[in-house]
Parts: sequence; C-alpha cells; structure tokens
Amino acid sequence: MKRHLLSAADLTRDDALLILDTGEELARLADRPIKKLPTLRGRTVVNLFYEDSTRTRTSFEAAAKRLSADVINFSAKGSSVSKGESLKDTALTLEAMGADAVVVRHQASGAPHRLANSGWIQGAVINAGDGTHEHPTQALLDAFTMRRRLGSFDGRRVTIVGDILHSRVARSNVRLLHTLGAQVTLVAPPTLLPVGVATWPCAVSYDLDAELPKSDVVMMLRVQHERMNAAFFPSAREYSRRYGLDGRRFAAMPEHAIVMHPGPMNRGMEITAEVADSPRSTIVEQVTNGVSVRMAVLYLLLSGSESAIGQIAQIGESE
Amino acid sequence: MSSFLLRGVRPLGGDPVDLLLADGRISEIGAGLSAPGAHVVDADGLVALPGLVDLHTHLREPGREDAETVETGTQAAALGGFTAVHAMANTSPVADTAGVVEQVWRLGQQYGHADVRPVGAVTVGIAGEQLAELGAMADCPAGVRVFSDDGHCVSDAVLMRRALEYVKAFDGVIAQHAQEPRLTEGAQMNEGEMSAVLGLGGWPAVAEEAIIARDCLLAAHVGSRLHVCHVSTAGSVELIRWAKGKGWDVTAEVTPHHLLLTDELVASYDPIYKVNPPLRTAADVEALRAGLADGTIDAVATDHAPHPDEAKDCEWAAAAMGMLGLQTALSVVQQVMVDTGLMSWADVADRMSTRPARIGRTDGHGRGLTVGSPANVTLVDPNTTWTVDPHALASKSHNTPYRRLTLPGTVYATFLRGNATVLDGKLA
Amino acid sequence: MNMPEKSRDETVSTASPAPDSAAASPGRPVLEASDIRRALTRIAHEIVERNKGARDLVLLGIPTRGVPLARRLAERIGEVEGATPPAGSLDVTMYRDDLALRPARGLGRTDIPGDLDDKVVVLVDDVLMSGRTIRSALDALKDIGRPRAVQLAVLVDRGHRELPIRADFVGKNLPTSLSESVAVRVEELDGLDVVMLGTKGERS
Repeated sequence: MKRHLLSAADLTRDDALLILDTGEELARLADRPIKKLPTLRGRTVVNLFYEDSTRTRTSFEAAAKRLSADVINFSAKGSSVSKGESLKDTALTLEAMGADAVVVRHQASGAPHRLANSGWIQGAVINAGDGTHEHPTQALLDAFTMRRRLGSFDGRRVTIVGDILHSRVARSNVRLLHTLGAQVTLVAPPTLLPVGVATWPCAVSYDLDAELPKSDVVMMLRVQHERMNAAFFPSAREYSRRYGLDGRRFAAMPEHAIVMHPGPMNRGMEITAEVADSPRSTIVEQVTNGVSVRMAVLYLLLSGSESAIGQIAQIGESE
Repeated sequence: MSSFLLRGVRPLGGDPVDLLLADGRISEIGAGLSAPGAHVVDADGLVALPGLVDLHTHLREPGREDAETVETGTQAAALGGFTAVHAMANTSPVADTAGVVEQVWRLGQQYGHADVRPVGAVTVGIAGEQLAELGAMADCPAGVRVFSDDGHCVSDAVLMRRALEYVKAFDGVIAQHAQEPRLTEGAQMNEGEMSAVLGLGGWPAVAEEAIIARDCLLAAHVGSRLHVCHVSTAGSVELIRWAKGKGWDVTAEVTPHHLLLTDELVASYDPIYKVNPPLRTAADVEALRAGLADGTIDAVATDHAPHPDEAKDCEWAAAAMGMLGLQTALSVVQQVMVDTGLMSWADVADRMSTRPARIGRTDGHGRGLTVGSPANVTLVDPNTTWTVDPHALASKSHNTPYRRLTLPGTVYATFLRGNATVLDGKLA
Repeated sequence: MNMPEKSRDETVSTASPAPDSAAASPGRPVLEASDIRRALTRIAHEIVERNKGARDLVLLGIPTRGVPLARRLAERIGEVEGATPPAGSLDVTMYRDDLALRPARGLGRTDIPGDLDDKVVVLVDDVLMSGRTIRSALDALKDIGRPRAVQLAVLVDRGHRELPIRADFVGKNLPTSLSESVAVRVEELDGLDVVMLGTKGERS
C-alpha cells in the first residue's frame, strides 16, 4: 500500500491503470452542472509550493475543491535555514494544521522524499515536481491524454524532445510509459542528456528528423534560453534549428501522431505557434486532463482508511 | 605520572606479550613483566596498535562550536583510538595566520584528549587567490607542516605550483582537496547512473582525477612533496600508483566511508550520505580498498566533519556535506580490510599511525611499539561488536552514516604519552 | 477497463469486518434462473403500470450487478410497451458515507444516458439491505440533475434497513439474519443467474 505519490518509478502497471481509469470516471464530472463530489469533505489538502507555478498549483487546487476538500495554499520562498523557515519547520506547522495531504513542489530533488520519510508529517505526500527528479502527476496526465487520443499503450512510440538533463517531466514519462508498455525515444543534443541515460528503459537519438516519421507521440519539452550561457548549446537559433518542432517537421510526422507539451511553452524556441495551435496538439486538453488525473490521485490516496494505490488488485470479487 | 602494565597484549596482532608504559615511554616489552606500583591492565586478547594519527579532522573551533569543539572532537578521537589529530583550517576565522593556528594549538594543549596539530590554510581565507603566510605558521609554536585549503581546491595552477615550491623551505606539504571547481558547480553527488535517475547535479570523477594528475606533475617538476586528501575514485588510485611508480613524492589518504559506502545510498535522499568528495560506485570502493591494501594509498584519514542536526535535517540540496568519522574509523577499517583478509593489523598500524605521522611530520607519534618510543598506544578488542548510536557518540554532532549499524572492534584503551585518555572503553 | 466490485450493503452494516470471499458462492440457491426471469418480467410490468407507460423513464443500474439487471428491465419494458427506455449506470462510490472506514477503492462506471431533468429515474440494484447505497445514489442524483421522481427496483430485499428507504419494486422479499449472506449472480458477469443464501464465515 503506497501512502504517497513521490515518483512514477514507484508505480506498477496496475497502480498506473487504476489512476488512469479512475481519472476517466472523474473526467465525466466536467459534463455535469454541479462539478463537485462530496468525497473528500472535511479533508485538508495543502499546496506547498516552493517554486512558482500557477498552472500546477491551480490544477491541484481545482482537483481538491471538486472533491470538496479544503485547500490551503502555502507559498514558501527559500528553502535553506538561512533564507527562511526550514522544510522541517514548515512541515511541522502543516502537521499542526491537520493537513491530510501535502502537495509539494520544490526546487530540490528529493524534498518530497524527505517530507514523506522523515516522520514530520502523517499525511500523504504528493510530489508536484521536485528539482530535476520527477513530476509523476504530469506523466500520469500525459499518459491519460495519450490513451484518450490513441488507445492502448502497447507498442506506441513516444518521442520526447528537449532538455532531458534538467527535466523531471522526462524522467517521470520515461518510467511511466515504459511501465505501461510504450516505447520511448529521447531526442536531444548530447549536452542535454545525462551521463547514465544509456541504462534507462528507452532509446536515445541526436537526430530529430530521423525519429519523427516513426512517432505516434511527439512530446516537446521546454528549453530555457539561459542554458545557452552554460554552453549547453551555442545559441537559441541553433537549438531550434536542430531540435525545434516547426511546420516542416510537423508534416513529417504520421497523420495520426499527436504533439504534446507540458507547458509553459517557449513559442519559437522548441515549438512554433502553428504547431502548438493545431488540432493534433493536445496542449490545452492536457490541462483539463490534469485536473481529472489529480482528482484521481487525491481520491485514491485520501478517501479511504488507507491508500488504494499498491493494493492487491481487486478483480470484481463476488461474495 | 602513573605507569601501566599491559598484560598479554598482542602487538599488531602478534603473540601475546607484556608492555610496560612508564614515564611517558614504552619502557619494557617482554613476558611475565612485573612493575610494582603500575596499574595492571589485563589485556588478554587485545590487539595493541601504535596510537592512531588522523591527518584530516575538522574540530570546528574557532567559529562553529555548535557543531564541535577541540575538547569534544578530541574526546571522539581518543575513543576511536587516536592519539593525534591534524585539525583542518576551514574554521571561522580561517587558520591562515600564526595567530589563529596558535589559538587552536593552545586549545589542544589545554582541552585536548589527543594531541592537536593545526593545519594551516594554503591561501588567505581559503579564497584561492593569495598565499597565506605559510612560513609564519611553520615557525610559530604550533609548528605547522601540513597546509590545506580543504573544503576547497587550490585550483589555480600557478598558485598551486608556488605553494608546492614554497613549503620546501620548511619541510611542509600541501594537502590538496582535488576538485576542479568549474566541473563541479552545483554538484550534489557522484555523477553516474544514480545521479541521472535521482535528478541531483553530478560531481564527475574526472574533476578529482584531472587535478591529481596536474598536481603530481607539478610536484615532480618542482621537486616537492604532495599529499592528496580523501581519494575517492578508481582513476585517482591509478594516477597515484603511476606517480609513485615514477618515484615522485606523492602520498594519499582515503576516508573510512569511501571504503564502505556507495552512491546507491543516496536514493533515500537522506543527507546523512551527503559528503565531499561524494560517495562513489562499488567499483571505486573496490579500487580504494585494493589501493589501501597495496600501499598506493598511504593513510586512512577520517575527514571527521561534524554538522549540527539542522544542517542535515532538510532537503538534500540544502544540507551540509560531511560525516563524523573519528569514533568509528578503526571499526570500519577492521570490517572492510582486516576481517576480509585484505590487510593485517600490522598494515593497519602502518596506514593509521606510522605513515600518517610521517606525512604530517607529527613528531612523537607513529613511532611504533618499540622500547623507548613515546607511550602512544591503542588497545582494541577485535572480537567484540558495537551498535552505533549517534547520540551516544562523544562528538557534539550526530551526523554518522553508520547509525544503527553493528561494527566490529571496540577500543578498550588509548594511551597518550603514557596517560590513559580512554580506559575500559570510556573516557578516562 | 477496471470493473471493481462495489461495496455491498451487508458488508457495511455487519459486525464482521472481513472482506467478502471470492470464487464459489456459499450456501443454497433461493432463486433459480427461471425465478429471476419471472421476477424481472413482473417488475417490468409493475414499472410500466405504475408510471402509466415508459415515457420519460430512465433506468440507472448501480454497479456492479444492478447494471445488467437494469439493461434487462429496459429490454422487457421495450417488449411490453414498444419503446425501450434508456438504461445506464450510476456508481455511488464517491458518495458513500463509509468511505473513510475502509481502504479506498477504484470507481465503477457512471453512464447517464442524456439529461435527467424532469425524468422518472428508476434505480436498479440487486440486493437492498441497509439502504445506504441507495441513499448515496440519491445524493449522487442530486448533483446530476433534478428528476421528476426517483423509484427503486431491487431483485432481493433482505431487510435490516438502517435508513428510511424502501423499494418500489421487489423481486423477492427474503428475510435473513445478519449472520447470513445473500449473493446474486448474473449471466452477463458470472455466467449464470442465481441468488444464493449462505452463511458469513463460509470462505472459499
């Protein structure tokens, strides 16, 4: 039984499908006049965001509120003892406030693990992005989106393009998609691939044009201009020439293939406007799906006496 | 001063014999000794080692007395079997002048449970820009011979060359913390498979090895000694073997934790495992053990680095780097090197007493268990085990990576110039 | 897609906290396939009679086994009236009052055919016991729309109500003790139609 959602790597295939299937049911909620369920009434979900992220925070907030949970937003600046309240003291404060779940986004990889394993809080810890490590709910909503658009995962070819080295979205997606049976290929300049990527359950390529015609999904990652200053690539122009998804490259993709992006986009850098706004781009629906998937995670972790993730699968048992 | 008759000790693990410590010296070694008026220590089965010498300790005083003081650090040292420690210079203020160095030396004389030999910084403020007054530190009563900017690398090649040359005048040695700063900006752990998965900035082995290669060549070029602190990679061991093979005067040390722990432990994100240089891979650990066994690595040095709880009770990126080491060093070495047959107790004496004392010019120490030598003796019972409780250690801090582990070998007694600093496993 | 078992009323209200047993049904049959067929036919007629036809009817089965029963009832009504009312499903897991007492579980399918406003919703379930499932269903319906009326059809009513809930249409009234278990099997899911009466504590 998994009390927390810290990384996609922790999820088995059954765990992942449970979350996605639950998300499907909850997505229907959006069609109703009253988009609220009473399930988490009386529970308190704290959004502990050390990094600014309106998008993810509001997504979790909407998810919690649609389940009738109380939401407290805790925007913390600075993490070390010298800059502000320590992570430990903040955690103890949240525990004193009676947080049933803490959704945490932090610039330090492993911060959610510390919260979960230190004994400072009793509630569930949900990783909303830790440093360059993982962003499990992003991978889940990406998988949800893929399944809706393309059907099953088996044998699906997903190409992820961009700053893999610094991307928690890439790490989570590689693990989760592999678990679900898809084939992942990472495309990036060599400087933006981590030493050790050869041991990951995916293929690696430096050549975007070679991969596009074979892809069912092309996921573009945000690449920061500033990386240029640390010599990861010589210029923004060269980067987008070699690795950007523009109209010409879009046309080289199979007709059924979709374009994804976790947001926020650097329009013109890794993706052009015409591609981002095309009907084969899932960028907007990823946001909607994010709420459904996060509702599923909150429901499965919090609604019962214990988490439903990691339980032995219950297969329509009879009496 | 009291004398001690150690009955039935096994010097360096050899046959049992009696040792008489009197007037600060080992006065007699033989069978069936008698010494009226001497305290008799029934040392049946205990291994006797020459008092251990640590080339690399952080006592934190002056400036970080919340983490450790000369008194508490040397208590930990004595309980670990050490009779002398070299105290690193990255205190606050930095030990870059005769004044601060003397202060540490006097604290050691007054409060130390082991001899304290202050290490002088190589550069002013350990800023890596200007040489500190190395000569003044050498000439003052503290008699500094080991100089190190430990914590930081003397990365400027010209400055390192000058430092290597300059200390020749007073038989000093530069102890380099080998870490190319630009290759390790934002580094949090060893760069490799683990760092890629965990999303923590990588500290590549080449950042250590490139500096070692450069410094060996520089030392050879100017005809100076070089000591390499806390070697942590297989490549570094190979480079030192190569340099020694050339006949160059290069020495090296390894920490106990680098002989035992790997970067797989970082997966828990528990900052107790955060250290500089970082924990490396199993292949590196194996190479370090082999290097220590064959003498390529001259010494075990603890790099004892106390930190207050709040510096470790946080997320990895915000945590301080460093582990305690004084009280557990001998046990870890026994587990990893002696109990596995890689080294004998005689080898342990060589790597943890004789050679460190020679490198550090730690006079009075490392002279072995011979008649006439200063009575710096450590008695250890290799057949016992103990479980590490961070709050039961003598250090003021609790950041030991071995908490809850059971380690072999307990120090029964430590004698410093014939006085017992530790007796029956407790501070005397 | 995952089709997990919905919690049974009797496992909620009984003292035994152990989960239901899997595999073979314990006990003896109290309704055979032919009994069930006749009961459903009768219920279909009763629904039509009570509502004066099939207009504005929407049948919502409660997962798991209420769903095929609702479908069958809709077909029967279609045979009788010439017009088949829409049949769907209403999963009530999110509205249960006992969620926090047991480990969280996956959701059943909710499929509401069209708009519910001003319709007559007939909830269909296999067994009625404490009434909590139906109360949850009423709460769920409230958030979905405003039916003109809500009626309840169950295959078996085994008594032991904990709330003021009653069924409008009952296949069989089956007085039971709390130590007994009632298990409904349906062809669509279990391969056969039968209602078994057993004893709790008989596990396979």
